[in-house]
Formats: sequence, C-alpha cells, structure tokens
Amino acid sequence: MSNPEAEPAAASSSSAALQDGPFIEDLRRQMIKFATLQLGNPHWAEDAVQEALAGAYKNAGAFRGHAALKTWVFAILKNKIADVLRQRERTVEVSALLREDESADEIAALFDERGFWRAAERPVGWRDPEQAVHDRQFWRVFETCLEALPPQWARVFMMRELIELTADEICDALGITAGNLHVTLHRARLRLRRCLERNWFAEEGKRPC
Amino acid sequence: MLSCNDATRLLSESQEQRLSFRERMRLTAHLMMCSGCKNFGKHLHVVREAARAYAAGEDERADRELS
Ligand SMILES: [Zn+2]
Repeated sequence: MSNPEAEPAAASSSSAALQDGPFIEDLRRQMIKFATLQLGNPHWAEDAVQEALAGAYKNAGAFRGHAALKTWVFAILKNKIADVLRQRERTVEVSALLREDESADEIAALFDERGFWRAAERPVGWRDPEQAVHDRQFWRVFETCLEALPPQWARVFMMRELIELTADEICDALGITAGNLHVTLHRARLRLRRCLERNWFAEEGKRPC
Repeated sequence: MLSCNDATRLLSESQEQRLSFRERMRLTAHLMMCSGCKNFGKHLHVVREAARAYAAGEDERADRELS
C-alpha cells in the first residue's frame, strides 16, 4: 500500500499538501458536497468538514502527499457523518434499510426472469451528453437523482466517482468486501442512470432505439 | 449468452478493475447484439464525467453563467 516515491521526505510532503491552497480548496469543495448529500443539511456538513480538516492539520504526520491526505480526510469525514447520523432518530436508520430493500427490488424489476432488459427499461441513446454540464437545470436533476439513492449506495458511489477513491480504499474505509462494493456500485449506477435518463437525457423526443 | 443483468454488472466492474479475458469476450459478444447494454456502457462514462465535473464545481460555474 505504501507509496515508495513519497517515502523520503515524509514530514515535508505532508505539510506541503496541507499548504497547497488550491488543492485544499478543491478538497474542501468535494468534502462539502459529499457531506451535504449524506446529511441533507448544509450546516451539519460544514461542521463535519471543519472537524475533519482540523483533524488533518493536527495529525499532519499521519499521511504522505496529496493522495494520502485525501484518503485520510475522507475516512475521518465518513466517521463524522456516521456519528451525526447515529445521533439522529433510529427511525432514520430503519427507513434507510427499508429504502435499500425497496430499491433492490426496483433494480431487479429492470430485467425479466432471464435477466434481459424489460422493453420499457432498455437504455436509449442520450441527447447531447456533453452539453449537460453547462446547464444549471441538469445539475439540479443530478443532485436530486443522487439524493434519491439509498444512503449506503450514495456513499459508495460518491466515494468512487466524486472523490475518486480506489475500490480498495473504499472497502477499507467502510469495512465492506470487494464483492459488496461491486454489487453496490452496479445497483447505484443502474438506478442513477435510469433517473438521469427519465428526468433529463430522454426527456423530449424519445428515440426508438 | 450473457444476460443483460450480468453484462451491466461486468460493465460496471470494468470501471474499477480489468476484466478477465473470458469476461471481456462474453461482454463483447453481448454488446454486439444488445443496444440497451451498449447504451448503458456509454452512459456509465457520461455519469463518471458528470460526477467529476460536479466535484470540481462545474455546477457552480453553470449557476454563475446564467445568473
Ligand atoms: Zn444486454
């Protein structure tokens, strides 16, 4: 796991990462997005991110280089988020598990008994996907679709696609198996893709495929 | 033939790790016959690009351009 290139200058490279303003700024932005979507509350998200970053400054020797700092900070942030969620009503947890069950059923319903797409669910060609990023309405849809994922699916998906952690890093941080990770990402992608298609990419002029 | 459920699972996994030779062969054969899964594969890339753009603050830029 250790990165040989970063080995010699341990102390200086860790503080260098923390003093890299643009890097910290990007990291902060990613963390806020991640935490806000997880917690559904921007103030709690701000607090959790603040604490995680403070922890990083306090333990500057615990990691080496930019990538390690990012992994480290997100592991802390994930714990902070878990703490906040745990302090809330237990009903939240129950409803989250229920949502995960329902969502798994919905995923199963995309395919017929033999595992082939049901006609109404077969993915169609998307209009102008590269234009979407410039459209603020698209980003509202994107956020809504992310929020509609069961929390654990959203967490894994975001760690992978927003934060760009590796599969191994995510398994370590969440204590899940590689098999579990693949199943979760597969489901999250099926569901997110469907949501984006229904609400954006195939909205008008549905093409026969 | 691979089912669409399995084909989409392999397409998803290929974003995390390299598939085995056998998996790649079966997937390629499936994709030649199935427009749905072929589209699914393209969409995974769009979703990945969008997620990265979002993390980089592209949504805030889109907001500023219009407001
Ligand atoms: Zn298929």
